[in-house]
Amino acid sequence: MAAAEPILRVENLRTALDISAGRFVVVDDVSFTLDAGETLGIVGESGSGKSMTALSILRLLPRPVGTIVGGRVILDGEDLLTKTDDEMRRIRGREIGMILQDPHTSLNPVFTIGNQLREALHIQDPSASRSSLKEKAIAALRAVRVAAPEHRVNTYPHQMSGGMKQRVVGAIAISGRPKVIIADEPTTALDVTIQLQYLKLLEELQAETGMGILFITHDFGIVARLCHRIVVMYGGRIVESGPTATVFDHPSHPYTEALLASVPTVERRVERLYAIEGQPPSLASFGAGCRFAPRCPHAMDRCRTETPPSFPGKSGLGVERHGAACWLLEEDRA
Amino acid sequence: MRRFLVIRFLQALLALWVITIIVFGLSHLTGSPIDALLPDDASPEQIDNLIRHWGLDRPYHVQYLTFLGNALQGDFGESLKWRGQSALGVVLQRLPATLQLGGLAILISVVVAIPLGVMAAVRKGTTLDASANVIALLGQSLPTFWLGIILIWVFAVGLGWLPTSGYGGITYMILPAVAMAWFQIAALTRLTRSAMLEVLDAEYVKLARLKGVPEWQIVWKHALRNAAIVPLTYFGVLAGSILTGSVVIETVFAWPGTGWLAIEAIRGRDFPVVQTVVLVFAVVYLGLNFIVDALYAYVDPRIRYD
Repeated sequence: MAAAEPILRVENLRTALDISAGRFVVVDDVSFTLDAGETLGIVGESGSGKSMTALSILRLLPRPVGTIVGGRVILDGEDLLTKTDDEMRRIRGREIGMILQDPHTSLNPVFTIGNQLREALHIQDPSASRSSLKEKAIAALRAVRVAAPEHRVNTYPHQMSGGMKQRVVGAIAISGRPKVIIADEPTTALDVTIQLQYLKLLEELQAETGMGILFITHDFGIVARLCHRIVVMYGGRIVESGPTATVFDHPSHPYTEALLASVPTVERRVERLYAIEGQPPSLASFGAGCRFAPRCPHAMDRCRTETPPSFPGKSGLGVERHGAACWLLEEDRA
Repeated sequence: MRRFLVIRFLQALLALWVITIIVFGLSHLTGSPIDALLPDDASPEQIDNLIRHWGLDRPYHVQYLTFLGNALQGDFGESLKWRGQSALGVVLQRLPATLQLGGLAILISVVVAIPLGVMAAVRKGTTLDASANVIALLGQSLPTFWLGIILIWVFAVGLGWLPTSGYGGITYMILPAVAMAWFQIAALTRLTRSAMLEVLDAEYVKLARLKGVPEWQIVWKHALRNAAIVPLTYFGVLAGSILTGSVVIETVFAWPGTGWLAIEAIRGRDFPVVQTVVLVFAVVYLGLNFIVDALYAYVDPRIRYD
C-alpha cells in the first residue's frame, strides 16, 4: 500500500531575522512531514529555532525583522509560502491552528471567553446567526471538557484558572476543525497535575478529529508520552529525526544523546544529572560546520569546517525513517 | 461594579470637602476684601460695620462652617463686584460658554489624537509615525496663549477666515478650541502610541491573528480596547485642564466664560465669585473623573471590584 501524502510537508525551510547586527538564519534547511492523525514532536533548547519554524509555517514571523528566505510549506497539497496575506489569513484558524505557550497572556483580558470563541466561529462561518454562534461556542467549550460551559461563556479570562484558560485556547484552535494544530509548549505554564490532563485532552481531540499535531517542547517526558515521531533541533537545524521509541533507544546524534542523559527517570537514579557543557549557540556564533561541535565531546576537526548531511541512524531503519546529521555516523559506516 | 462606583463616588466627595477647606483658606490669604470695597478715605466705623456685616470678625472655623453650610445650599454669597447678583448666579451664567468651548476642544483632541496615536503605533518607524511625532513635539513646546495669538494673527488677521475674538457661533469657537486642543493632542497621541505599541506585541494579539481576524479588527478592537486604559486615564486630566486652561484662552480670545470671569473676579477681589469658580471647576473636574472611572471599569473587567 502506497503511503498517503502527508498533511503537512515542510521542505528545506529557511528563515532569517534581519536585526541591526546583520542577517541571521534561525531556521536552516529544515524538512519534515506530518501525517494526519500523527503527533510530531519538535524538541530543542530555547533558541534552537523550533518556535521560529512554527511561526514560519503560519507566516506570522515578527515583522519586519523575520523573513522566510527559502523552502516550501505544503499543507494539504498547497504551498503556504506562495499565498497572499489575505489568503493566509483565511487559512489560519480553518486549515491550521496554534495553541500558544502561556494561557495567562494568550486570551484577551477585556473580552469574555464566549466573545472570543464566537469571534473565531464567526470568521469561519460569517453567515451563522447570533444564537447559533452562542450554541456553537458552548459546544466548543464542552468539546474541551470545560465544566458548566453555559455559565463559563460569560466569564472573563481572569476569572478562570490557567488549565481552564488553556482549554479555552485549545477550543479556539480546534473550532475551525483545522487539519493541523501547532502546540508551542502548551503545558509549560500549567501545574504538573494539570499537564497530564491537558495532554490526554489533546490525544482525545486528535482521535476525534484526525488532526495532525506539531508539538513543540523541550520536555522529553511529554515527547515519550505523546509523540509518534520526533525531530530534534539545534541551532536552527534538524540534528536527528525518527520514531520516538527508536530515537530514545538509539540516539544517534551526540546532542540527542546528551539531552536524553540529562533527563531524570525513575529507573535511572543518579547522584548528579548530566549537564551539557557550554551555552546554546547564540545567533552570532553560527559559522561553518556542525553547530553542536563547540560543545560536543566527540568533535573532530572536520566537524568545525564541514556541515554534516543526514546519515542513517544507529537503529538501522534507514535514513528516511531515522536520520542524524553527524560525521561520526559516516565513520561508523566506513 | 456597583461597589466600585460607590467607593469612587465617596472618594470624590472627600476630595471635594478638602477642596472647600483649601478654597476657604486661600481666599483669606489673599487679603481683606474690605480694602477693595471701600474708598481709601473710609472711616473706621464704616470699615467695622462692613466687617461685621460680612462676618469677618468671627473665628475662622465659624466662618468656614458658615461658608460650608451656605455652600451646601448653593449659597456662595453675593458677588461683591456684580452688585445684587448671587456669586453662583454669576458663575452659572458664564459656565455654558466655557463648557461649549471646552467641549469642542476635548472633542477635537480625542478625534485627532486617538487615530493618530494608533496609526503611529501600527506604522511604527514610517513617515506617518515621524509626522505624528513632530505634531506632538510642536504641541507640547508651544505655550497655549502664544499659539492662540499666532492663530489669530494667521487665520483672523492675515487670511480673514475667522473672527479674531468674542462670543458667537462655531466660527468664533474654532481658533480658541484648536489652541486649547493642540497641547492635549500632543500628549494624548504619544500616550496612545506607546500604549498601542505595548499591546500590539501581546500574545492575545498573536492569538487573534491565529484565529484569522482581519488586521483592522485586530488593531481597532483587540489592541485598542486594551490600550484604551492609558489614554482614558489621561482623559480625566485632559478634560480638567482644558476647562481650567480656559482661564488663559478665554482671556486671549475675549470669550465670556468662567475662566475670563475668574480673572475679572480676582482683579476685583470678588472672593465669593472666585471661591465659586474654583468650586464649580472642582465639581466639573471630579465629575469628569468619576465618569472616567466608570468607563475604566467598563473597558477593563479586571478593574471592577468583585
